[in-house]
Amino acid sequence: MNLRYTIPLIAVIVLFLIAFLGAQVPGLQYVFGVVIPYLALITFVLGFAYRVIGWSRSAVPFKIPTTAGQQKSLPWIKHSKFDCPANTWQVVVRMALEILTFRSLFRNTRMKLKEGARISYQLELFLWVGALAFHYAFLVVLIRHLRFFIEPVPFVVQLIENVDSFFRMEIIYPVFKFGLPGVFISGFVLLAAVSYLFLRRLFVHQVKYISIASDYFPLFLIFGIALSGIFMRYVTKVDVTAVKELTMGLVTFQPTIPAGVDAVFFVHIFFVSILLAYFPFSKLMHLGGVFLSPTRNMTTDTRVRRHINPWNYPVPVHTYDEYEDEFREKMVEAGLPVEKMPQPAPAEEPASDSEPEQEEQKE
Amino acid sequence: MNNKTLIIAGLVIFLIIVLFPFWYMRGKAAPAPEPVLTPMAKAAQACVRSTEYMKSEHMQLLDVWRESVVRDGKRIYVNPQGKEFNMSLSNTCLDCHSNKAEFCDRCHDYASVRPYCWSCHIENPKEKT
Repeated sequence: MNLRYTIPLIAVIVLFLIAFLGAQVPGLQYVFGVVIPYLALITFVLGFAYRVIGWSRSAVPFKIPTTAGQQKSLPWIKHSKFDCPANTWQVVVRMALEILTFRSLFRNTRMKLKEGARISYQLELFLWVGALAFHYAFLVVLIRHLRFFIEPVPFVVQLIENVDSFFRMEIIYPVFKFGLPGVFISGFVLLAAVSYLFLRRLFVHQVKYISIASDYFPLFLIFGIALSGIFMRYVTKVDVTAVKELTMGLVTFQPTIPAGVDAVFFVHIFFVSILLAYFPFSKLMHLGGVFLSPTRNMTTDTRVRRHINPWNYPVPVHTYDEYEDEFREKMVEAGLPVEKMPQPAPAEEPASDSEPEQEEQKE
Repeated sequence: MNNKTLIIAGLVIFLIIVLFPFWYMRGKAAPAPEPVLTPMAKAAQACVRSTEYMKSEHMQLLDVWRESVVRDGKRIYVNPQGKEFNMSLSNTCLDCHSNKAEFCDRCHDYASVRPYCWSCHIENPKEKT
């Protein structure tokens, strides 16, 4: 066992027990259903703003875009516009491709030794596929959840629900029934993707070596969120009307705890609250940070435009010319070569030292 | 280019999106709807199964009924109390709950559920046939 993942796992289990047992106590339902979600949202909003404003204050001393293509050069050399963007619009396209399709992950390669000493580089796309599945499933799940926070439910949300429940599976056995309410594929994709991202950290040695507790904790937490959500929808079949009454109460600032809300719901909303509160102080801030990645969001026009370091301040410099002006006589005395001869060649020159230098002086 | 302005603008847009439900609803209360029982349903007192069971499992029950009727041709449902029912949405369920708009649709609309019962079954068989 490895403490880097056992501790986060225990933390998530403890969080589960806190919410699950706490929800059994009638008075604590208000805490888990109203107080903690509000506090978590406030922490999320303020923390997120604090972090991003902090980043906006930091200086950009160097222009450090990474390139993956030909820089804009002579007209007959083909310019790789989106891998080496020369203006803001090309940067916007590159950023959009990065944020929406994770091109950096797409470029992931694995080095292998083949047939003894032959090195080969292979595309390694599983992380890219897993990340795409994870992020887009999460986005769809988030948008779907708007049905709990808006009344009447907007058309866009209904449209996404319809697409998400496109695959209708109705499994009817005496002991196992599944498929109603309609199956939203995104929840299961999210669960599968988060499991893959966890197993990857567990079984790829190099990734395991660099994984720490703060890598595992969000994975376990999101796994818990997805699992509790799926459990609520397909197994315990929580009273959706009561749940929506609760969530609409939160949104409209008229919080209520309706009767008949399942304990699993409190686990779910507690996990989500923990995720929201944890978000600004964790690696999850890459949601905001990806927009500020300096290797991606800078134009690669380093040869065209000079980047001035904002940290630059006037430095008192002492150039060689000034140095020689100051020490010329002493240099000449010491027999050191000088670039400019002293103007009034004094006669007191003692004929001594080295001959060649005196010859130079005469020249 | 003033990066700071851009970043703050992005942050503001993000927070507006995150807080969308709050400013969209603007404190308008949206209480849970109460399904209305018809006099006939009230008189019957009990549904096919208990209220709790029907609340969470009615869709599954209807699906099992459809499977049983369409695939196996079995039309009789016996509930745990030993009472027999004809497995039929139109003739059993909608017989008591003839007010689809006030009974079915209220909660379905509230929870954004669009059951496909009504793509075959007509809403009120008594009125239309």
